[in-house]
Amino acid sequence: MTEEKRISSRKDLLDIESLSVEEIEHLLKIAGPFKELFQRSVKKVPALRGKTVLNLFYEPSTRTSSSFEVAASRLSADVTDLAVSQSSVVKGESVLDTIDTLQAMRTDYIVIRHGGAGIPNLIARHTRASVINAGDGFHAHPTQALLDMFTVREVLPESAGRRVLIVGDILHSRVARSTSTIMHKLGVEVGVLGPSTLVPADRHSYMRGFRNWDEAFDWKPDVVYLLRVQLERQGEPFFPSLAEYHREYGLTIRRLQRMREQGIYLMHPGPVNRGVEIDNEAMNYERSLINQQVENGIAARMAVLYWLRPATGNQEIEKEKGVSS
Amino acid sequence: MSDSPKAQSERVLSEADIANTVHRLAYEILETCREDTPALVGVYTRGVTLARRVHEVLRAAGKELPLGTLDISLYRDDLDNLGEMLPTLETSEIPFALEDTRVILFDEVIFTGRTTRAALDGLMDYGRPAKIELAVLVDRGNRELPIQPDYVGATISTTSEQYVKVRFHEDDDKEGVFISP
Repeated sequence: MTEEKRISSRKDLLDIESLSVEEIEHLLKIAGPFKELFQRSVKKVPALRGKTVLNLFYEPSTRTSSSFEVAASRLSADVTDLAVSQSSVVKGESVLDTIDTLQAMRTDYIVIRHGGAGIPNLIARHTRASVINAGDGFHAHPTQALLDMFTVREVLPESAGRRVLIVGDILHSRVARSTSTIMHKLGVEVGVLGPSTLVPADRHSYMRGFRNWDEAFDWKPDVVYLLRVQLERQGEPFFPSLAEYHREYGLTIRRLQRMREQGIYLMHPGPVNRGVEIDNEAMNYERSLINQQVENGIAARMAVLYWLRPATGNQEIEKEKGVSS
Repeated sequence: MSDSPKAQSERVLSEADIANTVHRLAYEILETCREDTPALVGVYTRGVTLARRVHEVLRAAGKELPLGTLDISLYRDDLDNLGEMLPTLETSEIPFALEDTRVILFDEVIFTGRTTRAALDGLMDYGRPAKIELAVLVDRGNRELPIQPDYVGATISTTSEQYVKVRFHEDDDKEGVFISP
């Protein structure tokens, strides 16, 4: 093997906060070769052959669960989907009961999405499988953050000192939380714009707040990152009407024109509410990275699956026998 | 894990020996190029360096061949046994069509043959070459699979327990082939 400095793996990926900058850089680096595989006629590699990945989604999410499914399949793992309705299982105890079952099934990786913040951490402590947090409550969505950072790096390789403006419901967004954390860790400046009721007053000091688009544009961001408006929050106190949201914070044609003039890239975690956070026409914006985000999501998740080491297998450290064994 | 050859390791090939060996390998390959134009593919890390050096000698001799690189980490059969230290990944680049092409794979050492097995699988996921051959700087014996090189720089007899390290200036702080007990 080579003499390069190697980053040791972890059992679980629960949030971005607990990753070191070196670990993040390592994941971003190995995501590149995984993305290259998509250009080949055979897009699959045998790295996780014989391993089992279980998608455990307590909240519906077609995109994230299919992204993990494609990522795991391209690594030759077997993927099982376990769709659990949030209503039938709400207590922590029930989650642990489920985990006991999964333990008996000898699953190697558990990809979990749950409405309760911290549930993935709870599961991680009770299983030998690697646990990947695919979104828990308002807490974290680390693979989204990795794919976002990877996407920013593709268009802005020297990302340190660049500026990303996050627009929308910052308060209830795990995407905003994880993505702003990874950006901050790698030296990207983060600005936020949204209804004052939806931008946390106690946000990190590195997040610069703006009151309106004009102010934010004057800050000269390199990327505008629109959050999805969670339509289910309609009718909650302090949440503006959709028309009002669109008028004040949506990406209108006029604002898109300003983005074009300033050469700003556009990102969105999907799925998009056309006519709410983004105007229909803006979907064809030439600097939109939204489709790249989807593709990069698979590469980033392959990198994570490859990097994590479940405690289920043979953990013997092989004695190095020679250069070219 | 210290990867540097230990104090008692013995240098069996010097920098000049390596240069001669690379030269000879290149000319051996050149002789096979009358009928077709093979492509060279180096296996990361030092197989890439070896392929580049052979490529350079051939270019100086007036024969420019396509050159690619291959990372076989994802094809290794021992990923489970590597513990927490996983190999880092490099980008494989095969900037030519493999179909109907003779490919010469380069690795710095052949030992058990497992790296070559992984490289064959990896290469064939890029396409279907007309033929695959194998060139190595050092054949140290002790094969565990029925795989033999077509072009061999030097043959060194070793036991399975010994370490054979090839070091190149491009990748390391010294150059030579070392054996440690």
